[in-house]
Amino acid sequence: MTGRASYFSGEGITLRFGGVTALRDVAFSVSEGTVHAMIGPNGAGKTSLFNVITGLYAPDSGTVRFAGASLSGLPPHAVAQAGIVRTFQNLEIFTNMTVLENVLTGAHLSAKYGPFDFFLRTPRYFREERRLREEALAELSFVGLEGDASLPAAQLPFGSQRMLEIARALAAHPRLLLLDEPAAGLNIRETSALGELIRKIVARGVTVVMVEHDMALVMDISDRVTVLNYGEVLADGTPAEVQRNPAVVAAYLGEED
Amino acid sequence: MSSIRETSSAPGLALFAAAIVAAPFLLPDYYQSVLIVAGLFAILSMGLNLLMGYAGQISLGHAAFYGLSAYASGILTTTFHWPVPAGIAAGVVLSGVTAALIGIPTLKLKGHYLAMGTLGFGVIVYIVFNEAVALTAGPSGLTGIPRLSAFGKIFSTDREYYFVVWGTVFLLFVLARNLVRSRMGRALRAIHTSESAASVLGIDVARYKAFVFVLSAVYAGIAGALYAHFVTFISPGSFSFHASTQVVTMVVLGGMASLWGAVAGAVFLTVLPEWLRAIEDYDILVYGAILVLTMRFLPGGLAEGVERVLSALASIFRGKAKASGGEGKKP
Ligand SMILES: Nc1ncnc2c1ncn2[C@@H]1O[C@H](COP(=O)(O)OP(=O)(O)OP(=O)(O)O)[C@@H](O)[C@H]1O
Ligand SMILES: [Mg+2]
Repeated sequence: MTGRASYFSGEGITLRFGGVTALRDVAFSVSEGTVHAMIGPNGAGKTSLFNVITGLYAPDSGTVRFAGASLSGLPPHAVAQAGIVRTFQNLEIFTNMTVLENVLTGAHLSAKYGPFDFFLRTPRYFREERRLREEALAELSFVGLEGDASLPAAQLPFGSQRMLEIARALAAHPRLLLLDEPAAGLNIRETSALGELIRKIVARGVTVVMVEHDMALVMDISDRVTVLNYGEVLADGTPAEVQRNPAVVAAYLGEED
Repeated sequence: MSSIRETSSAPGLALFAAAIVAAPFLLPDYYQSVLIVAGLFAILSMGLNLLMGYAGQISLGHAAFYGLSAYASGILTTTFHWPVPAGIAAGVVLSGVTAALIGIPTLKLKGHYLAMGTLGFGVIVYIVFNEAVALTAGPSGLTGIPRLSAFGKIFSTDREYYFVVWGTVFLLFVLARNLVRSRMGRALRAIHTSESAASVLGIDVARYKAFVFVLSAVYAGIAGALYAHFVTFISPGSFSFHASTQVVTMVVLGGMASLWGAVAGAVFLTVLPEWLRAIEDYDILVYGAILVLTMRFLPGGLAEGVERVLSALASIFRGKAKASGGEGKKP
């Protein structure tokens, strides 16, 4: 409990797959209202960490705390209820739906009606569906997809699918948004638009944790950076500190040049 | 695909209601009993389509839920002299409760394992129908089941029963449609494509799968009880693996994730054999062939076929309207 710094944190997180240790004694701490980047070479364990946080993987040990409560043992849907929503590195778009329906599905938790209302189509059902639709359309225009609402989601170009995943996650009203390589596969223009979008998301009061390989983007928008290497935390600090850290340069930044 | 799903369904429903009312007056009397059976299968395939077409969970044992309710209501009304509506209610509850007990462990299985699990369940229930002779009268079947009577009225003619069955089809169709177009419908379709993406958006995957499994068993239970009080004689053969396959074929032929398709598939596959008496001995082969051909050439089933035809017609009409200076498509 160290004030602001304890908004979102992990401690002693270890995750093994048979012989492979994907995460070893990982700790991190994220302040409210910031952009926090998780970087590291391929296979460093970044996605595994997101999977542990969101309850998709059960760690062998360690705890994740969010807004004062432990997330240990919570199933994924309960983690979402607690206010943490994510996107996926390998897109997980609902390809059997339209773009708008994808975002409406993201609004699942904010839809305040039950079986009685939808089976019998009570006024509450219509009221809520109308509100969800307006919100979903607003999220689509927030990410720049307002013209594509009625398209089958599978027909969107790749870059737009990444934006759709963000809109879908935002529709869930997260307090903490986890983005797994949001710039992967985007061109330079799309990447700089993404940077702007992430700033706008933070301005809405959402804390963002982002796994990313695009160093220009990371250095540009992150408040803090955690570096993972072979499943362990190698360094942690501001972008400038991390860039200067010799261990990081040797393990990671160096190999990029 | 979804363009039709998003438009208002009121005209479609009105047309459906009109067709239900008109059919017995337009067709020879003989068809009434065929259409009653088709209606029962329509209820079964709508329920299975919610599970399979929307949520993407296969069940190869659905005839078990159909049979459990048929036997429960049959035994309670015949051996224990319960009023028929009470027997039907008990049968439907038995199917639903059994689905809840079976579904919770079984739905953890995926793909082929879920198929095997539900198939095994269907086989076990079929064996029970045969072996529990004291209750079910075994292979020789349960006879003397009373016809449906409620509110002091006995539905003794086929025409009366036709309206009971198709009235139920209509009601269950509307309820299923309302579910499909709700947050739960979206959750089921999300589970179909990606359980992990669904779960991290706050969808309780296990709970929704269990719910839709129970609901589809309740649909099967309603069909089963109505069947028992229509034919007044039931034997295990009607609830075998063969019957489960028939319902799966109806869903696939009609079109996965289409309620209209489920009804169309059920009617088509019930009426077709009436025309093709000769295939009776080979019907399992015909079902297999229909399954394979549909999946290969018309993966969206009859629903997609009709949709293609309709949109082709619509574009022809729109072209004509434009050519003759009429207004184009409204926004
Ligand atoms: N489900 C799994 N089963 C077995 N091993 C796994 C599984 N998931 C991840 N791993 C292993 O854990 C290690 C970390 O993988 P992870 O996907 O977390 O890396 P990453 O940092 O996200 O890499 P990338 O930058 O390539 O996305 C790798 O060695 C990977 O092979
Ligand atoms: Mg990764």
